[in-house]
Amino acid sequence: MIKIKNLTKKYNDLMVLDHVSLEIKDGEQLAIIGPSGCGKSTLLRLLMRLEPETNGSIEINGKDIAKLNNEEMIKLRQQIGMVFQSSALFDSLTVGENVAFALREHTHKSDLEIKKIVAHKLDRVGLSGKEELMPSELSGGMQKRVSIARALAFDPKIILYDEPTTGLDPITSITIENLINKIAEEMKATSIIVTHQLSTVFRTATHIIMMDEGKFIDVGSVGQARNSKNLIVKEFITAGLIN
Amino acid sequence: MLEKLETKIINMVIAFLEEVGRVAILGREALSGIFSGKTNIKLTLEQMVKMGVDSLPIALIGAGFVGMVFAVQIATEFVKFGAGKFVGGVMAISVARELAPALSGIIVSARVASAITAEMGTMKVTEQIDALKALGSSPIKYLVIPRFWACTIMMPLLTILADLVCFFGGYLVAVFLIKINGSDYMTSAQQLMKLWDVFGGIIKSVIFGMAIAIIACHKGLHTKGGAKGVGEATTSSVVASLIALFVLNYFLSVLFFK
Repeated sequence: MIKIKNLTKKYNDLMVLDHVSLEIKDGEQLAIIGPSGCGKSTLLRLLMRLEPETNGSIEINGKDIAKLNNEEMIKLRQQIGMVFQSSALFDSLTVGENVAFALREHTHKSDLEIKKIVAHKLDRVGLSGKEELMPSELSGGMQKRVSIARALAFDPKIILYDEPTTGLDPITSITIENLINKIAEEMKATSIIVTHQLSTVFRTATHIIMMDEGKFIDVGSVGQARNSKNLIVKEFITAGLIN
Repeated sequence: MLEKLETKIINMVIAFLEEVGRVAILGREALSGIFSGKTNIKLTLEQMVKMGVDSLPIALIGAGFVGMVFAVQIATEFVKFGAGKFVGGVMAISVARELAPALSGIIVSARVASAITAEMGTMKVTEQIDALKALGSSPIKYLVIPRFWACTIMMPLLTILADLVCFFGGYLVAVFLIKINGSDYMTSAQQLMKLWDVFGGIIKSVIFGMAIAIIACHKGLHTKGGAKGVGEATTSSVVASLIALFVLNYFLSVLFFK
């Protein structure tokens, strides 16, 4: 369970998140939508504590993440996988080394065990046998899948997706969306998908939150989103469907 | 108008002090990481090869020619005053105390600081640094400490080699071009140079290495924007490293040799 209470994030005078609160239940597939630059990615960064909030709190499994010490934070981050917008693969490491990175850093598993886990994770995202390739040799969609495989290294209970299908062609987008659904189903993980791609929202989300001027608008289910009377939601969805 | 200028100057001074403070904090974090045993040996060795071995040709070529030029200048003048036999001693002291450490520092600033900042800056703007943190790793441990160690270890080694090449570059010119007696050159070097001249120069180079690594890592970790940001951070890293090097060189020279 993730509880966001009265969360505020300001960059100098720019209010990105304005006293927002939200509860995300275990196993939920939550899509956070909104125009570019509205603070969706910032919310994910705060959830991962890549930067501190200005005010308010985030509780993950009953623990206020701002109060965790370094060791506790490392442990918590092992329970959360994050897929970055730009994939953020380490370009000096091979695909296999990228997926194995956290395992090598934080476990005492043997090379053979890690090799097996890496092969399994890559198989899960449909990239079996690609261990030795460098990230630069992969297409955008493949990089995204490696990024997902890397995020799955510790079988996390929460997976954060930052614009997982932005910039991908429709077929690759569907592959990624199917992967998100498959992982959520198999791992019973909570998925938080930040995106402005309506197709991704409709295919992956069970619940939708829209962000506008630093505030949350609880849109509800996909069905409710399509019939929303809220003008901002309606305008966003209509514009998205036309595009 | 005057008030505006005053505000601008005050803001610049504050920004400068903030920057120095941030560099110092990063330095403290790196040192506390080192003392708590967070050094990754494999990454450190990789960085040592990258920084030291790859910088070796340019460092030695630079040191050789600077030594030769220096010898041309001083030997010609010394011979005019009949002091040709002191050329070796003056060369040895200048090389050990100043030329080799400063020259190695300048070369490492230009070559290594730019490479560190460009690499880490690119990692920053492509979210790789965030990915490191998200995977539970510390950029200080994974990126800063290996570079800090590598720079701190390789700088004095480069300086020792530069000492030798610079001094013998000077010997070649002094003996074969200016026609100074080779044995006078070596004898005066032995008589005038103290062991502390060499050690002082080496200690200076260790401090230069630390400063260059921390400044370059700081600039890389705080890179903003895309390719333009990486370019700006890289340039700023080289400039800041060189300024730090010149300022440190002055104070350390006063401290060690005055």
